[in-house]
Amino acid sequence: MDLLRWGRDPWGEWVLTHISWSLFWGSLFAGILFFVAHASYMFLSAHRKRAAAETAALETKYKELPDKIEKHSLVARLFHWVMAAAMFVLLFTAFLPIVGIQFAWVTWHWIAGLVLTASIVFHIIHASFWLDFWSIWVGPKDIPEFKAEILRELGHDVPGPKPGKYPLGNRLYHLAIVVTGLLVVFTGMTMLVRVRTPLFTRNPYLFSDSTWGWTYVGHGLAGVGLVGLVIAHVYFAVRPEKWWITKGMIFGWITKRQYLSYHEPSRWAVSRAGAGTAPVKPSERV
Amino acid sequence: MAVIRDVIPAFELFQPATIDDAVRLLDQHSGEAWVLAGGLDSMDWLKDRIKRPKYVVDLTQIRELRGIKEVNGGLEIGAMTPLTEVVHHPVVKEKFGLLMQAAELVASPQIRNQGTIGGNVTQDTRCWYYRGGWNCYRAGGNTCYADTPTAVNREHAIFDADRCVAVSPSDTAPALVALDAQMVIRGPRGERVVPAEQYFIGPGVDITRMTVIRPGEILTTIRIPATWAGAQFYFEKVRDRQVWDFPLVNVASAIKPEGGNIGSARIVVGAVSCVPRRLTAVEAAVKGKPRNEETAAMAGNMAVEGAQTLRYNGYKVPLMRNLVKRAIRGSEGGTWTS
Repeated sequence: MDLLRWGRDPWGEWVLTHISWSLFWGSLFAGILFFVAHASYMFLSAHRKRAAAETAALETKYKELPDKIEKHSLVARLFHWVMAAAMFVLLFTAFLPIVGIQFAWVTWHWIAGLVLTASIVFHIIHASFWLDFWSIWVGPKDIPEFKAEILRELGHDVPGPKPGKYPLGNRLYHLAIVVTGLLVVFTGMTMLVRVRTPLFTRNPYLFSDSTWGWTYVGHGLAGVGLVGLVIAHVYFAVRPEKWWITKGMIFGWITKRQYLSYHEPSRWAVSRAGAGTAPVKPSERV
Repeated sequence: MAVIRDVIPAFELFQPATIDDAVRLLDQHSGEAWVLAGGLDSMDWLKDRIKRPKYVVDLTQIRELRGIKEVNGGLEIGAMTPLTEVVHHPVVKEKFGLLMQAAELVASPQIRNQGTIGGNVTQDTRCWYYRGGWNCYRAGGNTCYADTPTAVNREHAIFDADRCVAVSPSDTAPALVALDAQMVIRGPRGERVVPAEQYFIGPGVDITRMTVIRPGEILTTIRIPATWAGAQFYFEKVRDRQVWDFPLVNVASAIKPEGGNIGSARIVVGAVSCVPRRLTAVEAAVKGKPRNEETAAMAGNMAVEGAQTLRYNGYKVPLMRNLVKRAIRGSEGGTWTS
């Protein structure tokens, strides 16, 4: 099975043109396989969270916290749902024709692409200046949490750090989305100059045939990667034990009990008003 | 232009005697089989060695695909019916003169003897970059070589180009759309009937195909309803060589008069986009108006609204405008404007 497709340019040289659409089916299959495997695993093993007694003790300690803890501001939620809508339009317009549902998809696709790009640019600015920028990223500091999470997933009752504002899986997913999302946006924006739009004068000579080939391949790889990633994201969003996270993204807040059960107050400190702030020094904690 | 090499690469030839057998063979060799009707489009591809099918399914031995029948005041034309037979059929002449005129202007007498009506409507585009084996969008690549600043694109689209600027080269297709024909398609999943207007698809929907025919399917019959029988028809084709050529632009119209004015109309223009372009806005605008110079001028101007020309095909705008004017006026007289 060829994973990439090649063609001859007018000078007779072989250049890359596209990915093979077999990769789409591969990504779809991988996403579904992950969904089935994880659902089976979750059915057979208990999901781990902080013990009820431990959470109760924390509730006593943090009794001054409000009942509702703000997790996502309205602006952050609007960005998330606009981006999600654009992503679904992009995936459906890209892949429905490949599975045999044919319609005039290109205009819808590039318009959704512009919406996605604009929402990402907005998000980068908003997250850089108005949100706790580093709370979503992963780094060496997360290794202890990673070890603890793996052991918990394997059924061990281990102490260890709980996540800050975002669970580790959430942060790793964000990292994967950043890589694939930026690749798909960058390649998509360059491909836009080959399509007739009111925005640019078409310029098929912007790159050489070979560079265009790599651009199309990059766009295709990121696109099929997003199929699997979106399946995983939707799967986790609708899982019963993750539903509180999804509700947080809809309504913007979580309960105090959820905050204390799933998060490490030292890594995600909240004010008495309930709005999240950057982590504070232990001496300043509530 | 592609270099004709004459020697066709070897393939296995099947000559089924029934539609069912043909469909079974195409299904059996899905993706590797080539459907051969009159062969006028196919032989170019095969001789140029641009297409190298492993299997060729020749439809010429299927009797049920040939012939013209009168049904409920309309017609059923087998897809393998030669164009000459369509031209000379008395009912086509009497009731559906539009199709007769269109079929009579296809290529040369020899080609009309060999070429079929199904092949004429289902043929591939004649864009020479594509036919020459260039790895363009339509061929599975990622570039339209006809839509670059230096491209030679005199025959290409002025409407609805979506990455690819190729046009439908068929003369009978606009006539069939104007007559509101139905295309009967048979495939491994059975039979489906598609209006002629939807039979043709543009690059926005599928950049690698000209029609809704999927691999494994064949066009079996063209049904023309009685709706437009005996209407006032007009067909005109402009081409480089009067003796034998593809259209630069063609126009097909069917008009039913009512009280001295236009009661209803269907106007379709070919070779200006990837699909025969039905002018629904023009049809609505001319309804109830007299067939005079004023209406014709208004229709011509409306028809070309939104045209986007390439480097060498700007002439198609006044050409299309004037052909639509003439179709409304219903005569070949009158002035041309540029």
